Amino acid sequence: MKTCLIVDDSRVIRKVARQIFEAIGYACEEAEDGRKALDACTAKLPDFVLLDWNMPVLNGLEFLRALRLLPGGDKPNVVFCTTENDLSHIQEALGAGANEYIMKPFDADIIRGKLEQLGLIES
Amino acid sequence: MKPEDFELFSTLVKQRSGLVLTAEKSYLLESRLFPVARKHNMKSLEDMAQALRAKREEALMFDITEAMTTNESFFFRDQKPFTLFQKTLLPHLLTARAGKKQIRIWSAAASSGQEAYSLAMICVEEAAKLQGWKVEIIGTDLSREMVARAKGGIYSQFEVQRGLPVAHLVKYFQQIAGDKWQIKDNIRQMVQFREGNLLTDFGVVGPFDVVFCRNVLIYFDLPTKTRVLATISGMMPTDGFLILGGAETVLGVSDKFKVVPGEHGLYMGASCDVSLISGARG
Ligand SMILES: C[S@@+](CC[C@H](N)C(=O)[O-])C[C@H]1O[C@@H](n2cnc3c(N)ncnc32)[C@H](O)[C@@H]1O
Repeated sequence: MKTCLIVDDSRVIRKVARQIFEAIGYACEEAEDGRKALDACTAKLPDFVLLDWNMPVLNGLEFLRALRLLPGGDKPNVVFCTTENDLSHIQEALGAGANEYIMKPFDADIIRGKLEQLGLIES
Repeated sequence: MKPEDFELFSTLVKQRSGLVLTAEKSYLLESRLFPVARKHNMKSLEDMAQALRAKREEALMFDITEAMTTNESFFFRDQKPFTLFQKTLLPHLLTARAGKKQIRIWSAAASSGQEAYSLAMICVEEAAKLQGWKVEIIGTDLSREMVARAKGGIYSQFEVQRGLPVAHLVKYFQQIAGDKWQIKDNIRQMVQFREGNLLTDFGVVGPFDVVFCRNVLIYFDLPTKTRVLATISGMMPTDGFLILGGAETVLGVSDKFKVVPGEHGLYMGASCDVSLISGARG
């Protein structure tokens, strides 16, 4: 089963996202900040990361930069999912190696659509 | 709503747009028509029915019809038809139309324009191959409001996330407010939008090499579908491509087109050699 790491400091968001990803067929893990997410990735790389931007300890962008430096860290598909919705943030995220970008609020259709575009599920 | 009023409205809408409303849909009719009544200074749908019986005023009939259209659309909807266009149809046309160096594309029932703009973005991605070619993309819709929205090319944050890869958002849109994005001028200038009714005045003149007519025939009854497909066929060369929506087909509806085997939703003129396309892959 493909694995998804959901990184967000909001428990509610993690729960909503988990339900969507489990329905698609992912085994999910959660992390509440970038540091914990990085620890999880160091232990075992997931196939997919859904990533919030603003979090305590280590934010989403810092996490992503660190992830991409891990051995094999270029493999996971990383999709930001954040309230940051201006062009400069999007460009910064893509520059740091994000594969896609979701501006909150999101729903199952948006997530499915992004997964389709990344070729991870069939339309 | 009184059955005779429902009858009056649904007959009008069917005549003017083709949309078939069954009695179970009367709640939909009520919720959509109430704002129209208010706009025309009428207190109730009953009053509006009364007014319509007394005088068939064009502006009122137009608004009623427009209000009943369903305008949902999104960028690269269903993805596959757009991949098909980019990877199969366009390369084929680059050979088949090499003499004229011209490709005409029609997005029929274009709604707020996402389909037409998706095709324009693909043409920009393929710009190197299209050097020296003239590509025309025309979108038509019955709804005046949708045609205006399509021309403006402004979409909400929600709309630009449905189906649109973020790389395309960055490349082809500019952010005009926190949650509003406008398609850039170079893409906007590639597409024209016009009012047009598939039942009467199409709003365009053919011929078109590619016609996207998606998610509109589903609302029509069989004779209307047949008629619309016949008219569309009259505006296409036999080797032109028709693309329908996921729940639509020409099978049992029109003998003007035939299925291209292996390409769901793709049709060509009935007398055309479809192996040109289906055989070219593989
Ligand atoms: C669901 S949208 C489809 C939009 C787009 N083709 C897509 O697939 O995403 C259907 C559109 O058909 C338009 N429409 C309905 N009846 C029509 C008619 N008789 N002539 C032209 N457009 C019509 C509606 O106004 C609406 O915008």
